[in-house]
Amino acid sequence: MFIIGELINGMYANIGSAIKERNKAEIQKCALEQLASGADALDVNCGPASRHPLVDMPWLVEAIQEVTDKPLCLDSSKPAVIEEGLKAARNKTIINSTTADPEKLDIIIPLAKQYRSKLIGITISAKGIPQNKDQRLELAATIVATCSEKEFPIEDLYLDPIVLPVNVAQAQMKDILESIHEFRIISDPAPKTIVGLSNVSQGTHVRSLINRTFLTMAVAYGLDSAILDPQDKKLMGALITAELILNKNIYCDSYLEAYRKK
Amino acid sequence: METQLVLEKWPGIISTITLGARKEDGGSRAGAVKIGGQNTLPLLFKEGNIPNKPAIAFEVWDVHPEDWPEELVAAYGKALNDPFAWADKCVNEYKAQTLCLRLQGTHPDFGDKGAQEAAKFISALLKKVKVPLVIIGSGDDAKDNQILPACSEAAKGEKCLLGCAVQDNYKTLVASVLADGHSIIAESPIDINIAKQLNILISDMGLNLERIVINPTIGALGYGLEYAYSIMERARLAALSGDKTLASPFICFVGQEAWRAKEAKQTPEQGIIWEVITATSLIQSGADLLVMRHPKAIEKVSKYIDNLMNYGKTLDPKP
Repeated sequence: MFIIGELINGMYANIGSAIKERNKAEIQKCALEQLASGADALDVNCGPASRHPLVDMPWLVEAIQEVTDKPLCLDSSKPAVIEEGLKAARNKTIINSTTADPEKLDIIIPLAKQYRSKLIGITISAKGIPQNKDQRLELAATIVATCSEKEFPIEDLYLDPIVLPVNVAQAQMKDILESIHEFRIISDPAPKTIVGLSNVSQGTHVRSLINRTFLTMAVAYGLDSAILDPQDKKLMGALITAELILNKNIYCDSYLEAYRKK
Repeated sequence: METQLVLEKWPGIISTITLGARKEDGGSRAGAVKIGGQNTLPLLFKEGNIPNKPAIAFEVWDVHPEDWPEELVAAYGKALNDPFAWADKCVNEYKAQTLCLRLQGTHPDFGDKGAQEAAKFISALLKKVKVPLVIIGSGDDAKDNQILPACSEAAKGEKCLLGCAVQDNYKTLVASVLADGHSIIAESPIDINIAKQLNILISDMGLNLERIVINPTIGALGYGLEYAYSIMERARLAALSGDKTLASPFICFVGQEAWRAKEAKQTPEQGIIWEVITATSLIQSGADLLVMRHPKAIEKVSKYIDNLMNYGKTLDPKP
């Protein structure tokens, strides 16, 4: 599982004020802690309160790059903000994200190609959030087809079925899980799959339990990657165990520790 | 149409272990032997780098081996009565690059030699022969815990390979190896889960994973060779896929197992064939260091290794 740490996000108070005060050390601490907990890459998001995201994004990128060469997942709905992040990045990058709207795809895919970045495509469009599996697949197919047309390598594409809070869209959970499996058979080579995990437990009282239960199930459906809180030890333990049960790692009594030694 | 080879690119790499410290490395060996370091499956020269060829260590005992079959005894003759003469014969007559010294005489049932005597013997042997040494206890846990620390100290700085640590008895040996600059053999009973666990336990004590050689325990041809083969293959696939806790070179005690087979003792030369086939099969499953007994078998396997590696050298450089 390719794990992207979600904690560098301006919507968290510590990060929000660190961005405002240009407190590099706080950002770098957050980056290193997530990597030490098992993150393979770091999400970078200025947050909704950022008044100058075009400046904040590259500042964050520079700050993180000083302490790690792991990939950075540049998270913004605004292509211009993503591009400022791409310009500043020496590390590998993942663009987070494009929707299935043609006008968005027309801007983001060339950006991804130009900067040799990977790309997350979420299956929503201007029409709104899909209501079932078929709509998700249709949007996924649009993203894959446009990427092929523009000669973006499909193996560098991560499709996100859009995870909704379980207390809002309970009836859709099974469709979301099945979409993860079916996205992979849209094309050969297959696109990868990703979820923004924490959304599933938004507004509930047992967030960590719901997160790790959903993640375990998604892993069984073949999920490749997740944006999550790597410092949630129980979540990481469940993930490592799910992968063990799927025979992705060799068992030993200290398998949790063994995974962390990787 | 030309057939296209499907080439795999692995993210993992097997650790490189250097046996033997030369003068410039702080030891007294005439040469060093490197094992491991490959980033592909055995002999797939086109897929990756295989910087070191499988090495062979001649097995030498500190006492006369009572239960060795006649054919094996005949190969060494009177030298078997004197471990120094035996070691000397291996190095000077058979051109051994490495020796594996088994301290069988320290076993409570086979001489019960003490720690001091064993350490003295190691010191004297290090003066007599200049090749890198693998040093193995007698397999009696309690006794090994007395003997091996003394031997480790006697060979301090010579970068030997000491063994065998097992899941229930590894702490004493790890502490010695750590203090004296050697590497360690971690033995598991044809069990990949225990092999992985033991590597973690050893590295938890502060001995780097890059100083561990796995003894997967093998069976000879007809005696479980395929079990060992598949365990080694599975460990190697995991290691090359990025599991650092299994990315250790393998040592295989080929001679010991091959000459135990009843078929090996039936007709002349059959034992040699048994040892050769066991060794060559294990090379294909990833063996990096083979501990062998019969000089003729060793000669044949050495040629086999050289042929394979020379073939590897003729191929195009890796992309």
